[in-house]
Amino acid sequence: MAVPNPKFETSQVLLAAFVAPNGAKWAMDARARAAASLRAMGAPVKRDEYWKYTNPAELTVFPTPVAALLAIDEAPMFDNIDRLKLVFVDGVFDAELSDDLSLEGVEIEPLADALSKDIHWAKDLYGVLEANGQNPVKRPMAALNTAVAGQGLVIRATGKAVKPISVRYVHNAETSDAMVHHLVKIDAGASLTILESGPGAARFNSVMEIDVAEKAAFHHVRTQGRDHERRTMTHMFGRLADDSVFRSFTMTVNGILTRNECVLDVVGNDTKATVGGVCAGDGSDFHHDDTVFITHGSLNSESRQVFKKVLRNGATGVFQGKILVKEGAQKTDGYQISQALLLDDNSNFFAKPELEIYADDVICSHGSTVGAIDENALFYLLSRGVPQAQAQDMLILAFLGEAIDEIDDDALSQDIHDRLAQWMERRRS
Amino acid sequence: MLNIKNLQVGLEEEDKQILKGVDLNIGEGEVHAIMGPNGSGKSTMSYVLAGKSGYKVTGGSATLNGVDLLDMEPEERAAAGLFLAFQYPVEIPGVGNMTFLRTAVNAQRKARNEPELTASEFLKEVRTKAKDLKIDADMLKRPVNVGFSGGEKKRNEILQMAMLSPTMCILDETDSGLDVDAMKLVAEGVNALRDGKRSFLVITHYQRLLDHIKPDVVHIMANGKIIKSGGPDLALEVENNGYADILAEVA
Repeated sequence: MAVPNPKFETSQVLLAAFVAPNGAKWAMDARARAAASLRAMGAPVKRDEYWKYTNPAELTVFPTPVAALLAIDEAPMFDNIDRLKLVFVDGVFDAELSDDLSLEGVEIEPLADALSKDIHWAKDLYGVLEANGQNPVKRPMAALNTAVAGQGLVIRATGKAVKPISVRYVHNAETSDAMVHHLVKIDAGASLTILESGPGAARFNSVMEIDVAEKAAFHHVRTQGRDHERRTMTHMFGRLADDSVFRSFTMTVNGILTRNECVLDVVGNDTKATVGGVCAGDGSDFHHDDTVFITHGSLNSESRQVFKKVLRNGATGVFQGKILVKEGAQKTDGYQISQALLLDDNSNFFAKPELEIYADDVICSHGSTVGAIDENALFYLLSRGVPQAQAQDMLILAFLGEAIDEIDDDALSQDIHDRLAQWMERRRS
Repeated sequence: MLNIKNLQVGLEEEDKQILKGVDLNIGEGEVHAIMGPNGSGKSTMSYVLAGKSGYKVTGGSATLNGVDLLDMEPEERAAAGLFLAFQYPVEIPGVGNMTFLRTAVNAQRKARNEPELTASEFLKEVRTKAKDLKIDADMLKRPVNVGFSGGEKKRNEILQMAMLSPTMCILDETDSGLDVDAMKLVAEGVNALRDGKRSFLVITHYQRLLDHIKPDVVHIMANGKIIKSGGPDLALEVENNGYADILAEVA
């Protein structure tokens, strides 16, 4: 008799734990395909190569781990920015808390509506980029999401959006287990900025599939909520057509477990992609993982991965970044940097930078560093009368700032910068 | 103002004595210069007074206005009125020069229970002082010392000194790497701060700087000790004859 394999048993448990919503036949087919694919690949386990540094157990265990709510006495992120606000509470769209789904140059509808229509462009996107992103590396939690998610937004930018869409994820129940799936389609020449913020749920699984057409631009800035006990697993799957731009930036502080995956398929020529993030972790129960996979299959495209982490008191950070340049993808310019500032000997940073190149006329570079605070710079600040803790924070902020500068919008990058400074100041006082 | 008695200092990580009993008394408003051959301990003394880590005080004392300096954190020494102009000002990418200056000024004011400067008060003051030192708006906006020329870095040190208005200023080879015009500019900046109360300790290799910043007393340091003190003429003697004669004389 075959020995039961926990990997496959867990995938069954996961699929059974969520009720797959109804929808049009094509949507149900897409969900069934994803479910079958999850059954075949199995749930993630620690011994999987891509889960070597991050234990996925808390993402797949039942009952859902409890996450206490954080009482926040500060202005919510992006509140000072003119934007269309859309709110999810524990992963469920809340129309009452949200603005009307109307924005010039953009069509927005709830996922359930789009997926119940017999004819909808979403058919060509839902689960499509996710399935494409399962090769060569398996991403079971994304397959699970496609199989069972009933909540999310279906967004199509037909022109230049006049303001950003801000999606706020409110965490309201201590054991909420959320599945959110967004589809984003940016038509040729169109542009859209999506802002995401908030913890979302006790356990939060989100997938965003983004199709960026010719000469279109997608900008994404995300801050992940500070509820410390939350577990978060996100995937972004992007496809870039000719002359398109894709930019994504994430700021993370707090969180027992966060894994952000970004999988980009560069199929168009002359594209520009940037994926970056900063994370500030404190305590031995903080674990943050950035996993990026960019496939270059076209000519003259540029991609940047810029990640900075500051870790203290036993916090752990992970970076797994890959640039795959396919045969014939000449003039690719791929850049990757991941750096961690460890404030003590107990904190850990694991980095796995990878380049795989099958074209001969490309520029690809990667770097990864781990270091402590620069003692000379610190002494210089101290000698001018800046107190130790404040001087240290100035240097941390400067270090993280290099990644924040990747945000191609001065107001947004200033906003992120100010918020980090504010948190640091509060922590000192 | 600054009173150093039999100061003995070694390295923390290796068994090496650098200062072997330094005695130095600088009164209010006085300008003292320390000259000496390479490796005599001049820079070490400035670092130890400012509180840099890596050194071990094995004996003696240093007080500023009667307060024990060696017992204080570097930032407390700064707030107490001590300022060190670095021989090699540190580049700090990502920290704006203005942000840095304002943070430092207000941190010191806070430590002394003085009201902090508002953004506009600060801006007004820094603009006036920067103009005197020919520091343009662009230099103020750039990250601290990043991409600054040697002269710009030293002028930036003097700007910090002017903004922080310390009572005891130590200038560690401020003339190194400067051309004649830049040195003049820096010296003018220093002289502008001489008000009869503020004291200076000027560490230099060359007499040239002392033509511009006129000292009251000149000390010669060698092998971790001050071996000779005198008037400004002593600096001229060094310039003409080198250290050999003086070293031979005290040996």
